Amino acid sequence: MIIEALIAITFVASMAVLLAPNAWAGRLAATLSLLPVVGSLYMWSRFDATGNALTGGTPAFETTVQWLELGGYTLNWHVGVDGIGLPLVVLTTVLTTLAVVSAWASIDDRQSQFYGLMLFMEANLLGVFTALDFFVWFVFWEAVLLPMYFLIGVWGGPRRKYAAIKFFVYTNIASLAMFIGFIALVFGLGDSVSSLDMPAIAGALRAGELGSLYGIPAATLRTVAFVAMFLGFAVKVPIVPFHTWLPDAHVEAPSPVSVMLAGVLLKMGTYALLRFNFTMLPETATQFAAPIALIAVISVIYGAMLALAQQDLKRIVAYSSVSSMGYVILGLIAYTTYGVGGATFQMIAHGLISGLMFMAVGVIYNTTHTRMVGDMSGMADRMPVTTGILVAGAFGYMGLPLMAGFAGEFFIFKGAFESTVHAAMPLFTAVAMFGIVVVAGYLLFAMQRTLFGAFRLETDYEVGPAPISETAPLAVLLVAIIVLGVAPDLFFGMIQNAVDPLLEFGGELS
Amino acid sequence: MTPLQTQLPTWTAVAPTLLLGLTALVLLLVDSIDPDSTRPGALAGIATLGSLATLAVAGWFLLAGTGQTGSGGAIELYGGSLVVDGLSLFFTVVVASVVAMVSLASYDYLRDRTYQAEFYSLVLLAATGMSLMGSSGSLATVFISLELASLPSYALVAFLKDNRGSVEAGLKYFLVGAVSSAVLTFGISLVYAATGSLLLADVASAVGSAGDLVGIAGVGIVMIAGGFAFKTASVPFHFWAPEAYEGAPAPISAFLSSASKAAGFAVAFRVFAVGFPLDAVVPMGIDWSLLFAILAVVTMTLGNFAAATQENVKRMLAYSSVGHAGYALIGLAALSGGGPNGNVMGASMAHLLVYGFMNTGAFLFIAMVEHWEVGRTFEDYNGLATRAPAACLAMTVFMFSLAGLPPFGGFLSKYALFYEAIQGGFWWLAAVGAINSALSLFYYSRVVKAMWIEDPTGEFDLGATPVGLYAAVMVAAVGTLLLLPAFGPVVETAQSAATALFA
Repeated sequence: MIIEALIAITFVASMAVLLAPNAWAGRLAATLSLLPVVGSLYMWSRFDATGNALTGGTPAFETTVQWLELGGYTLNWHVGVDGIGLPLVVLTTVLTTLAVVSAWASIDDRQSQFYGLMLFMEANLLGVFTALDFFVWFVFWEAVLLPMYFLIGVWGGPRRKYAAIKFFVYTNIASLAMFIGFIALVFGLGDSVSSLDMPAIAGALRAGELGSLYGIPAATLRTVAFVAMFLGFAVKVPIVPFHTWLPDAHVEAPSPVSVMLAGVLLKMGTYALLRFNFTMLPETATQFAAPIALIAVISVIYGAMLALAQQDLKRIVAYSSVSSMGYVILGLIAYTTYGVGGATFQMIAHGLISGLMFMAVGVIYNTTHTRMVGDMSGMADRMPVTTGILVAGAFGYMGLPLMAGFAGEFFIFKGAFESTVHAAMPLFTAVAMFGIVVVAGYLLFAMQRTLFGAFRLETDYEVGPAPISETAPLAVLLVAIIVLGVAPDLFFGMIQNAVDPLLEFGGELS
Repeated sequence: MTPLQTQLPTWTAVAPTLLLGLTALVLLLVDSIDPDSTRPGALAGIATLGSLATLAVAGWFLLAGTGQTGSGGAIELYGGSLVVDGLSLFFTVVVASVVAMVSLASYDYLRDRTYQAEFYSLVLLAATGMSLMGSSGSLATVFISLELASLPSYALVAFLKDNRGSVEAGLKYFLVGAVSSAVLTFGISLVYAATGSLLLADVASAVGSAGDLVGIAGVGIVMIAGGFAFKTASVPFHFWAPEAYEGAPAPISAFLSSASKAAGFAVAFRVFAVGFPLDAVVPMGIDWSLLFAILAVVTMTLGNFAAATQENVKRMLAYSSVGHAGYALIGLAALSGGGPNGNVMGASMAHLLVYGFMNTGAFLFIAMVEHWEVGRTFEDYNGLATRAPAACLAMTVFMFSLAGLPPFGGFLSKYALFYEAIQGGFWWLAAVGAINSALSLFYYSRVVKAMWIEDPTGEFDLGATPVGLYAAVMVAAVGTLLLLPAFGPVVETAQSAATALFA
């Protein structure tokens, strides 16, 4: 019942905030958002799942209630968390609270609606990471889009309308492709499943019970569905060449929304890829190992190159997210315990680090009203705390040991290098490693120009230290990044436990 | 469960319909006792309470199993001319919910207008006709109930008699209605000529052995289909709908596009499923499900594309209503002899119930905007959410639900409909529906974008809050939301009611 309580409390909190007066909506939202944080930490403390929820493992806090019956298929309210879901739930609750607090200083219009939508989005995100029935999952998955559309469209920058529509259209078309692909699979399974329960469908698909559908042979159906679902999720991740909505959305979105977008919403894509494509259709995934690894490497290198070419700090971080997500894909396709486990760990690590980066850039923007690298220099003199945390976060991004980013990327490289899904995996891994060099290059270059040297700013704003409501969330994130970097096993143990059952293809269990 | 009709006299089965008619008469009575004083609160209250009572009784009958399989089957009255079963009760629930919301909203909309008692009375008389349409067991009662529903509607569309648009809309609606009534009557007479009966059950047994008269029966069936196309605003008799919905008072647009459309489908479902069973008519070369499949595709596509080109929000909703008639037609199109026909028809019924809430809500929001005198085009709506966030939130729910996005009722009902169509083997019909549904997001989201994201072009002067309208819109929004988790019992009731038709 704790998952239901978590989601319900967050929904009710979002309604309460929506009705609250603008003056203290931010405070109320932050206070109420502590409830899901406490709830998710309680879940962590009582976590007792074993194995992968989709492949016969026992998820924690599981409930199944029949919702409705339709044409011979039962739709259930089925939720539960395993070692993959729980870290993402914790990430969501913590990051939402921090994003809400960091928004206090910058959101000065229609606050109750802003914070209400943030909490509404959180409730749906929690649903995405806990749902074990496809239909329930899909409802939450789509419902995340609506608040994001408004958050970008109402509170965004000058080109917010364009960015919001582009985000909405891209992700909705992607959802449709994915939905059709998955439902075709369910129909192809025929009588061997009688519900849209994800464990049941995963079990039937892995047992090879897919039949032909409308004269399309099972093998073709499997490939087409895999591609449709992959494309659908690729937009969300995003993988090159489906990434073009991301920089627009990030640049226009207000910083707290960018934090949620980069920190949690992108993880929906990789989470879904792991849950659907790589868990339910492992043979097809390994069959396509080479092309998938190739586009992962292209995302890594091309995203980093694009970041190198940007002048806008937010665009730099946005494109480097594309690059980081490429690592995650590379880890997933490796099918080794460190590859898939590292990819899952990297989702959390990148959620925290990119959250920190976007938040820090937002703090600088709120003070200077510019994000252009060439417009400012020597910020370290005026905003020492923010600068210090930003530098630390950037080193986390570059993979400094003892920070979460290092653990994630190291696991992925180790896993991908050892992988046997394709003979060329070591080569792909080696090429992908060059991404790190590029990341270090552009981050160091951008920081050197903006943060250090003599203070100079090409606008007329007074620049002083940021308010505590903006630096405190940054500090919390930095602590979390270091803690996870020092002790990755806080999450990695349960992640490994959940991904090991998926590894019968590819590298050996180690 | 003990069947209710063993405890109550048989005629009580039509109690919901009688309650609607009775409320109409009470309204006239109140008005004739005290014609000069205008007490809008009392009139709106009586109309709302009457429809709520109808809703309660019909809902109670549905839950108690009156006229349904498992508790004695359909209850026949007047030699089978009236039938009370799951289908008729289900559609009475739809009509009564819409009438309740519309009467509540009309309290504000009609403020300072004359002939209020007549307005509510006509609405309830039309609703009586719509409820009877669902119960019609013979082609004669089909025609009478259809006229009972139509004649008050013509007057209601032209209710704003100083407004050119309203009068013109009423005239157009009346002329097209008269033509389609003639077509329907002629169709009925041809079917009578071929089968020798007006009772649907007798028609069904005679139509298979029509012999040389099969051509006459076929033409009759096509003409009857045309009559229903008028009532449901489907192609080719749809062109009155945009005019009538745009010109009519907005609560009446809500009433006609939701309740009247649902009633049209109720009677079409019964007449075609019971009167012309596919098993009997397909071997003779009369495949009406193919006809409806073509009509469904054309209707949903045409409605969608026409809606996408509108600049006037009410007219956009009018065309979207045509598009939704196309979706509901899938319930008649995706049928085959011996298939699991009740499932897809039931899904269509459930969609009409959800549609009753979301579409009524959307038109009532338009009524609220007209009440505020904000303007009619998308541009006029720019920035409205800064002044009326609660109402705009409700409108957002309606728009996204009409587009079929989660987490609203419209998502699940469309999903169920397309899904059952695929199960019946009509995957191409579902595909056309899904594509249309995805395209429809374009014009629905324009309203949302205008309200929330665009900057206001001028100052809004909204004046006092219209309590009745607000309440009605909120009820519709809550209904649209709740129909997502509560969709299970709704679709199960609808599917078992539809399955009983094919038994």
